[in-house]
Amino acid sequence: MASSSYSMKQTLLTAFFLCVVCSVLVSIAAVALKPMQDANRIQDRNRNILVAAGVYDAENQAAADIGVLFDQFTPRIVDLVEGRFLNAQEINQLGIDIATYDQRRATSDPRYSRPLTDTEDIAKIKRLVRYPLVYVAEQQDQIQKLVLPVSGYGLWSIIYGYLVLEGDANTVIGIGFYESKETPGLGAEVTSPSWLAQWSGKKVFTDNGSVALRVIRGSGAGESEISGIAGATLTSRGVDNLIQFWMGGNGFGPLLRNLGGN
Amino acid sequence: MPDAKKILFDPILENNPIALQVLGVCSALAVTTSLQVTLVMCAALTTVTAFSNLFISLIRHHMPGNIRIIIQMTIIASLVIIVDQFLQAFAFQISKSLSVFVGLIITNCIVMGRAEAFAIKHGPGASFLDGVGNGVGYSLVLITVGSLRELLGSGTLLGFSILPLRGDGGWFQANGLMLLSPSAFFIIGFFIWALRSRKKDQVEQKEYRLAPHTIKGDAF
Repeated sequence: MASSSYSMKQTLLTAFFLCVVCSVLVSIAAVALKPMQDANRIQDRNRNILVAAGVYDAENQAAADIGVLFDQFTPRIVDLVEGRFLNAQEINQLGIDIATYDQRRATSDPRYSRPLTDTEDIAKIKRLVRYPLVYVAEQQDQIQKLVLPVSGYGLWSIIYGYLVLEGDANTVIGIGFYESKETPGLGAEVTSPSWLAQWSGKKVFTDNGSVALRVIRGSGAGESEISGIAGATLTSRGVDNLIQFWMGGNGFGPLLRNLGGN
Repeated sequence: MPDAKKILFDPILENNPIALQVLGVCSALAVTTSLQVTLVMCAALTTVTAFSNLFISLIRHHMPGNIRIIIQMTIIASLVIIVDQFLQAFAFQISKSLSVFVGLIITNCIVMGRAEAFAIKHGPGASFLDGVGNGVGYSLVLITVGSLRELLGSGTLLGFSILPLRGDGGWFQANGLMLLSPSAFFIIGFFIWALRSRKKDQVEQKEYRLAPHTIKGDAF
């Protein structure tokens, strides 16, 4: 083992060279593998949507089916303020190409989004996009399933997921979270199939149109109650907040009211 | 280079990183509920330990003493990041199950422990073998724990049903304790007990002995 004493200059040079070499190697790996990782992430997100929509059973179906199953969903752009879908011409006029539209990037783009005030921002997402990308499964012009992107701050960072509703724009078919950085074993249980299973069949709205769906402490037996995760108070509250926001007046509330005819 | 076979095979039973050096036990608890995830973790740790030993050994004569540990950390961290990137590209679902625990390989004492104990004193070839050997030793313990926990906790191995569960119409009542972390501790304890019954030289000497009690009456 070398025991000679190093000058300050040698020490700094060694450190510098080491950092350069390590950075280059890590960057090469990250950049070269990024396309594969992105493809994996999209497939994972689609898989999540399909599971939430009750269409894909992970244990009995092959991963190759995901692409085919996902074809039944058509992407549509929604105008949150007016509460309706946009037609192809309006989408074009906004300068949006549905095939490459990235909702997260649009959320930072002032042309398509705005900042939220503190009182409005119950889900702590800071900015609100006006034109979210939703997926619709239709049969003979009747909407059968509505896949809505939802997001909100959990304990550590923003949780991203999809809420799938039936054609009546009120009954939940399922929910899935495809991106979350919550505590493994506690908050991360929001992604466990057993917790997510309790969402199917719950109702989002009361008869007079207010948001009823809540994540509560303790066991929820009501038609709009979800039991939170024991030991994961802030994550559960985060999920509750994101439902309140996205089903409310600033989120998909107007769209769902129009679709459901409430 | 000192005896290559000794370097490679000693860490498996003679000088097992978990059973004798008692390092890296935390990851053994967290990832061993499923054998498939365990295998990936073992492969990741063996790769990181072997290559970090190799690279640290290559520059061992050029490491200024005052930043030695940081240099080792940087090399280990870069390797773990690269391994993580590969996992996300080629085994996405498994990398999701491993979640934070791949990153925690950086803090795994085995990697840093072997770097300090071996790599900075030996040549690159020997260091690489030492890394592989310790990785295999770690894998042996983890695979034992993982197999038992998955088999007795879920009735499956690598996802295939071996013991049909009561819930699915079979006869096996799954042992819920096996899915909780303390069971990993117990299994490792039994492993160490079994190993030391065979290899008595690993049993530690008592550090003290209680002196005979000499006080005969009460103070007052």
